[in-house]
Amino acid sequence: MEDLYREVILDHYKNPRGHGVIEDADAQAEGLNPLCGDEVSIFVQFADDGETIDEVKFSGRGCAISQASTSMLMEMVKGRTATEIAELPKEALLDEVGIPLTPIRLKCALLGLGVLKVALHRAKGTPLPEEWAGLDELDLK
Amino acid sequence: MAVTARPASLDAQKLRADFPIFEQKIHGKPLAYLDSAASSQKPRQVLDVLRDFYETSYANVHRGVYVLSERATEAYEGAREIAREFVNAPSGRELIFTRSATESINLVAYAWGLDNLGPGDAVLVTELEHHSNFVPWQYIAKRTGADFRLLPIDDHGELRLDALDGLADGVKVVATNHVSNSLGTVNPVAKLAAWAHEHGAIMVVDAAQGAPHHRVDVQELGCDFLAFSSHKLCGPTGVGALWGRAELLEPMAPFNLGGHMIRAVRAEDTTWGELPYKFEAGTMPIAEAVGFGAAMQYVSAVGLDAIAEYESELAAYALERIGEVDGVTCYGPPADRRAGIVSFNVEGIHPHDVAQVLDSEGVAIRAGHHCCQPLMTRLGVAATNRASFYLYTLPEEIDRLVDGLHKVKKILG
Repeated sequence: MEDLYREVILDHYKNPRGHGVIEDADAQAEGLNPLCGDEVSIFVQFADDGETIDEVKFSGRGCAISQASTSMLMEMVKGRTATEIAELPKEALLDEVGIPLTPIRLKCALLGLGVLKVALHRAKGTPLPEEWAGLDELDLK
Repeated sequence: MAVTARPASLDAQKLRADFPIFEQKIHGKPLAYLDSAASSQKPRQVLDVLRDFYETSYANVHRGVYVLSERATEAYEGAREIAREFVNAPSGRELIFTRSATESINLVAYAWGLDNLGPGDAVLVTELEHHSNFVPWQYIAKRTGADFRLLPIDDHGELRLDALDGLADGVKVVATNHVSNSLGTVNPVAKLAAWAHEHGAIMVVDAAQGAPHHRVDVQELGCDFLAFSSHKLCGPTGVGALWGRAELLEPMAPFNLGGHMIRAVRAEDTTWGELPYKFEAGTMPIAEAVGFGAAMQYVSAVGLDAIAEYESELAAYALERIGEVDGVTCYGPPADRRAGIVSFNVEGIHPHDVAQVLDSEGVAIRAGHHCCQPLMTRLGVAATNRASFYLYTLPEEIDRLVDGLHKVKKILG
């Protein structure tokens, strides 16, 4: 338990990085975890090369795990390329989150990454990898 | 069947000794299981019947001419008679075993709904419904072109009966739960049934949450169909029951088709068997039905009125104690009009986090939408925390829940 809500998680949960909205974002998606009602929207602004993630923000509501892991994701992806992040394995984020997660909580922790991937693949016109399938159908209208 | 205690007023501490699950510790602490609305724990008396049945009497039922098959059939049909008595049904022919309360409702929605609903007709369900009594009706209404309507609730989570007459046009089905699994609201089923019949509609009751905790009498309720299940009632998973009026069941088409539900099968045509077998296709959950029977006997011996009264006291205590915690909102009606279920939210803290911290204290509650998304929308929340009680719940477990909430606020507040 104390492992789960370790200080870095609580810090990101209480002071989320990159929280907000980008008007006229280059890439954007919204997602919902139907199990618990967590919602995340992600907005991406590319640099002039149309590839480097210049600015990224998220908004939403949800449990500490989903909000903290999305906040950590914002720090992780800024300055990296869309292609790189579109192909980023989930383990990269989970290592960063660094807490033991049950299958249910794993869905919370990966919601933000899934939504970001939907946004990037959509912007690039590339197909969403199968392991994230379904997430792009859960968009909130 | 012997029950360890049969007190005038229920002795939960004594009854707990019947439930082996409480012999273990969770995270080094005694298990405070406050999720009985999702599923109940099982007493030794039921577990013993299951084991004994498999060890001494198991075979497939009906048609076998050997001793074991006769024994198994006797036990299975004995369970049907227990279920008939449990809901005071006039005849065992009207008591159908199913795989769950959900399947019971689907049976009615498909087998009655597809042949009796059409454009111009309406199905009325309540805003309080579990998805099990909502989705099948919404789907069958769409399939048949019937209108699908919702009876709204007030801010206490109680049905707005004053809205009924405005929803009456063309109504053919009224479907409600007996007790709301989210808010604990005890619905006025008899009143709704009378209204339904006045308007020429059938009354379908989802008693999955009601039957384990309150005495159910289908003749007193005046309904037409009533669904309930075993696993919320101290019995095994995988089996439920449907009671329906014979005059409605008789002309109904079958739901599942296959072995045992037939009278004669020819290449050109098949004719259906008698009630209740017409609706029991394939090998049924035989041992589970026998265990379900033992479970109904167990809760009957404890006393359903005693259970209802005890849980109402627990609900009152929980509402008072949980309500004392700053920033907590409780949903649903006052204690005297609810069953042993309390849904609540802690301001600014997601239910998943609340439930996770409570788990570390050995307190098991449910966090989520409780299969009631339309209700969550009405309450304006994505999810709630829910503590629910049964005959083995102790007041000190509610104290531990409250202590846990203070810890939640300390960590996440």
